[in-house]
Amino acid sequence: MDKLAAAVADQLRTDIPVFKAGDTVAVEYKIIEGSRERTQRFQGVVIARSGGGINETFTVRKISNGIGVERIFPLHSPKISSITRISIGKVRRAKLYYLRKLKGKAAKIIEKR
Amino acid sequence: MLGIIGKKIGMSQVFEENGDLLPVTIVEAGPCLVVQVKTPDKDGYSAVQLGFEKKSEKHTKKPEFGHFKVAKTEPYRHLSEIRDFEPDRSKIGELITVDMFKVGDKVKVSGISKGKGFQGVVKRYNFRGGPKTHGQSDRFRAPGSIGASAYPSRVIKGMRMPGRMGNENKTILGLTIVKIDPENNLLYIKGAVPGGKNGIVTIRRQER
Repeated sequence: MDKLAAAVADQLRTDIPVFKAGDTVAVEYKIIEGSRERTQRFQGVVIARSGGGINETFTVRKISNGIGVERIFPLHSPKISSITRISIGKVRRAKLYYLRKLKGKAAKIIEKR
Repeated sequence: MLGIIGKKIGMSQVFEENGDLLPVTIVEAGPCLVVQVKTPDKDGYSAVQLGFEKKSEKHTKKPEFGHFKVAKTEPYRHLSEIRDFEPDRSKIGELITVDMFKVGDKVKVSGISKGKGFQGVVKRYNFRGGPKTHGQSDRFRAPGSIGASAYPSRVIKGMRMPGRMGNENKTILGLTIVKIDPENNLLYIKGAVPGGKNGIVTIRRQER
């Protein structure tokens, strides 16, 4: 490990499950409002994982009331309380940006068995 | 003032306690040794000279080696002066390490910025260039007028023009120390500092 990666290695989380682009995940994200803390659930398809080490992020896309919503989460953020993999998708790309142009049945990802 | 010499390792990010991300520059700073103390009586001003990164005698020229001999220290590759150093640490042979800084300290960081070569005025001075439409050609990145005509019939001094950019000493003020790792001599400074990776930077504490 080079010096730069080693300098931030203590911040890497080890409790992150295996998931990749195409998988459907539910992310429990902590939200702090003043002194109150609550968690927000964001469920959707992972369309990309980018960056490496502490800089790694993943993008989750869902359709909310007919409108596509995407959220980018830092993978190692302490604000993420949990990531659960709901299903494994069968995809042939690492980045599923083509889903943005598709609607309805075409935007559905086949589940891997 | 407190100061230290360091080597830029690179930029990364650090999560704050509340989970927010901070962009940080990681600098391997010190340990530095005080090689020379300058006093107002002798030198006209007060400062200390710090040495960073030991080198062998083989790589030291004789006159330079003599300088280290006076201080009874090993030769150092990088020397830098810091004015008005903390008086109780201004002794020859005093070891300066990162744990003399505190988390939250405001610092100013000096270093040699990355060389950009010969650049035009748009990149060098943030000129806007010319219009892209309305029948213009070859004026996209032009500087525009550089002065009047028959009077003064010359270009006044200091006119901003294309030329060499970067590769000069720059100081960034008001940066904050986010984290200190005394074991590996690392300082985590919020924001960017001048120069590329492995560049030598001087970190000085900003008093007020």
